[in-house]
Amino acid sequence: MANQQTNSGNPRVDHEYRRRKSAEEMRYQVVSFSLMIFLTLVAFGAVAMKGSAWFTVPFIILLAVVQVVFQLYYFMHMSHKGHEAPSLFLYSGLLVGLITILTFMTIIWW
Amino acid sequence: MSTYAQKKGFGATVWDFLTTVDHKKIAILYLLAGGLFFLVGGLEAVFIRIQLAVPNNDFVSAGAFNEIITMHGTTMIFLAAMPILFGFMNAVMPLQIGARDVAFPFLNALGFWLFFFGGVFLNLSWFMGGAPDAGWTSYASLAIHSKGHGIDFYVLGLQISGLGTLIGGINFLVTIINMRAPGMTYMRMPLFTWTTFVASALILFAFPPLTVGLVLMMFDRMFGSNFFVVANGGNTVIWEHLFWIFGHPEVYILVLPAFGIFSEIFSTFSRKRLFGYSSMVFATVLIGFLGFMVWAHHMFTTGLGPVANAIFAVATMAIGVPTGIKIFNWLFTMWGGSVKFTAPMHWAFAFIPSFIMGGVTGVMLAAAAADYQYHDTYFVVAHFHYVIVGGVVFSIFAGVQYWWPKIFGTMLNETLGKLTFWLFFIGFHMTFFIQHFLGLWGMPRRVFTYLPGQGFDTANMISSIGALFMSLGVIVLLINVVVTSVKNVKVGDDPWGDGRTLEWAIPSPPPFYNFKQLPLVRGLDAFWIEKMEGKKGMTPAEPLGDIHMPNASFLPFVIAFGLFIAAFGALYNGEHSWAIPVIVIGLLVTFGSMLVRSVKDDHGFHIHKEELMDDNDKGVKA
Amino acid sequence: MHAEEKLTYESWPAEPERSTLEAKNKFTGFWLFLGGETVLFSSLFATYLALKDKVPDSSMPLAKDLFELPLTFVATMLLLTSSLTSVYAIYQMKNFNFKKMMLWFGITALLGAAFLGSEVYEFTNYVHEGHKFTSSAFGSAFYTLVGFHGGHVAFGLMWCLTLMIRNAKRGLNLYNAPKFYVFSLYWHFIDVVWVFIFSVVYLMGMVG
Repeated sequence: MANQQTNSGNPRVDHEYRRRKSAEEMRYQVVSFSLMIFLTLVAFGAVAMKGSAWFTVPFIILLAVVQVVFQLYYFMHMSHKGHEAPSLFLYSGLLVGLITILTFMTIIWW
Repeated sequence: MSTYAQKKGFGATVWDFLTTVDHKKIAILYLLAGGLFFLVGGLEAVFIRIQLAVPNNDFVSAGAFNEIITMHGTTMIFLAAMPILFGFMNAVMPLQIGARDVAFPFLNALGFWLFFFGGVFLNLSWFMGGAPDAGWTSYASLAIHSKGHGIDFYVLGLQISGLGTLIGGINFLVTIINMRAPGMTYMRMPLFTWTTFVASALILFAFPPLTVGLVLMMFDRMFGSNFFVVANGGNTVIWEHLFWIFGHPEVYILVLPAFGIFSEIFSTFSRKRLFGYSSMVFATVLIGFLGFMVWAHHMFTTGLGPVANAIFAVATMAIGVPTGIKIFNWLFTMWGGSVKFTAPMHWAFAFIPSFIMGGVTGVMLAAAAADYQYHDTYFVVAHFHYVIVGGVVFSIFAGVQYWWPKIFGTMLNETLGKLTFWLFFIGFHMTFFIQHFLGLWGMPRRVFTYLPGQGFDTANMISSIGALFMSLGVIVLLINVVVTSVKNVKVGDDPWGDGRTLEWAIPSPPPFYNFKQLPLVRGLDAFWIEKMEGKKGMTPAEPLGDIHMPNASFLPFVIAFGLFIAAFGALYNGEHSWAIPVIVIGLLVTFGSMLVRSVKDDHGFHIHKEELMDDNDKGVKA
Repeated sequence: MHAEEKLTYESWPAEPERSTLEAKNKFTGFWLFLGGETVLFSSLFATYLALKDKVPDSSMPLAKDLFELPLTFVATMLLLTSSLTSVYAIYQMKNFNFKKMMLWFGITALLGAAFLGSEVYEFTNYVHEGHKFTSSAFGSAFYTLVGFHGGHVAFGLMWCLTLMIRNAKRGLNLYNAPKFYVFSLYWHFIDVVWVFIFSVVYLMGMVG
């Protein structure tokens, strides 16, 4: 959903197109936001229900990941053109971070 | 702003360097400061070797010895090797990609001054109650109990310096991503630029864990937290993990630019393009990636368990593969080439066997079970000095000789350069080869003395004599620098005659805007391609136009200085009533300056087309 | 395009945050910085997970004794909504509507301040219950992780206010557009970190 520079030759047409595209994107943002609220409610609900930890913990982590994907790709425009380098470096950082977290949960002991 | 060199007074020159945002001048600052810290670290090494030359020596006390070994390691890695490499990256990389400066010139200056003040702060510990004494790795179990302020100097000094390094890393990455000249695709970048890129990515990801570790240590020592206090639930292995998750990529941050320097030297002085360019790029990226997967090989004996040990052992050995690819490619570059045995080429030749020796002992250490015997002995000391000195330090000597003309406009003396090489090379092997055996015979590391009659005496004496040779080599280099500066014989754009990359297509030293017109890059070894077609210079990629340059500023110095002041307050927090006000004042200076920078517009200045056309030169295309 | 040029709705580019070299550099540089911050917060999360519930004796409260759903939910809603309002602000920036952009950034700042207020209230309660920075490894790790995030929110608030005050009389141009955009990236990022904090620290803590 990139905000592309289109050249129809007529600046007013270009502007109209851009304005509509922006507005359409804004609608996507609001939908994303609603979904994020929903995911948050589900996560809180899962904890409130006091189910088995073996299910609840992976479940809320999964919900968190989905919510963050929405933040990154919609709110932060990572889905747009020109985000190749940002994506590469963010995912690399995430990889290093996840390895660190895995380490601290497995090979630190008492 | 004239494009001609201006004759400046001493005071004006000092102010120029204090406020510069020009990557070429910042490079000189890094080389100078890094060079001075190299001498300090070298002196610390000499003291170590004097103390260990004979058994039961009392040249220094045990406590002083601990401080000296800690500072030797910390200074050499953080304050000498990294800054000097940063100096080369600053001086050369923008030129190699055809850019006029780095992406963030102001931040570039800030990065330098942060490193500088962090390094000065750390070294002031010598005069202010004692240097840190828990090793350059400062393990928490020892460090949180270290009396006096030594460790606090370590924590605060490295935090400030580390911030500078992180800023520098991001700067280089953005420069390479966004500011390459037209036609320079990623796969047409010189190897030194590639290694700058990958090393900077490593900096970006490796320094945050160090930052966190230092913060935790600072909180435990100064603010009563319990991260490493076992009685309250803490765990000292957390420090080890955080330190080595930083520390292992750190050594690749050091060695990859070294590899880059040698790639340039091998191809230039074999008069032949680098063999296997694509595989060299691939190997560089792979080494960088794998470098994050192996840190626990520094922790084999801490009790991680056989599964973890096995995984890290295998991953460690795997790094040997891309490194081996590089070695073969360098050898194949020379094969069939027209080799010129210049002083830089001496270092490059010596690097191959020396680094390989360090590499193979690395594979020995990687075998986790065997490491239980090697760990904490001189075998490890021998290994890492072979890779760091044989790899990084050799590359620094080579790079100094190779790029001196481009940076300073004069040429270091070849004969003195070769003398430096032979003295240092002989001394290096004399000191460290025998240490492999000392380790295998059972001498532990970090001991301030040893008893006679264990078979260590002769070996230690030989090792110490080697340090003398290395010192002489360095002194000869210093003489070379002085003699060259005094003679002041200017050289042209391409003084080696065989330059292949863009930095050799512009004057030595370059005008402050680097390129009058950004060059058009038609392939790998862009300058060589033009030369082979009989052209004298690069084809421009744009018409002559106004050039936009950044303004100088004193703020980077002030921002760094504010943190320096605040660090003193943090150091004496709880002991003196003035500590908290000093912290506040320091932070106000820093954040106040940052606010000034944000709020005051600074759009730089323009050099006008007409001034550029006034310059006498060939090939200006309108 | 000269950065301080007075542009109009017609001449305003589609991506003002990337229309000059300086803007592109800031954009790329800031995303890279966020990559580094990801590693930084991961290290803090890792330390927290290793030291969770590690207390010297059984009299000290543990995660499941301390954290409560309602307060956490309020804080989350505040920060999440502030993320949306900053998206609105950038939308208005792309539409060249300076006044509306400033309005949305103002709301963002207010929500951020409310979040900080709720966090201060929350921490005060914990201290009264015996959960302090100095009381245990668990306490040290908790306050460092959540506090660092709160520190980032506070810094962001200062940043937002500085931008708004400095540019109040200037309107939009290609010099300040990238600054607003970079700030909004930062603000979204601290919301991303909060999603993981409320999930890993609070929700997981309450599950036990």
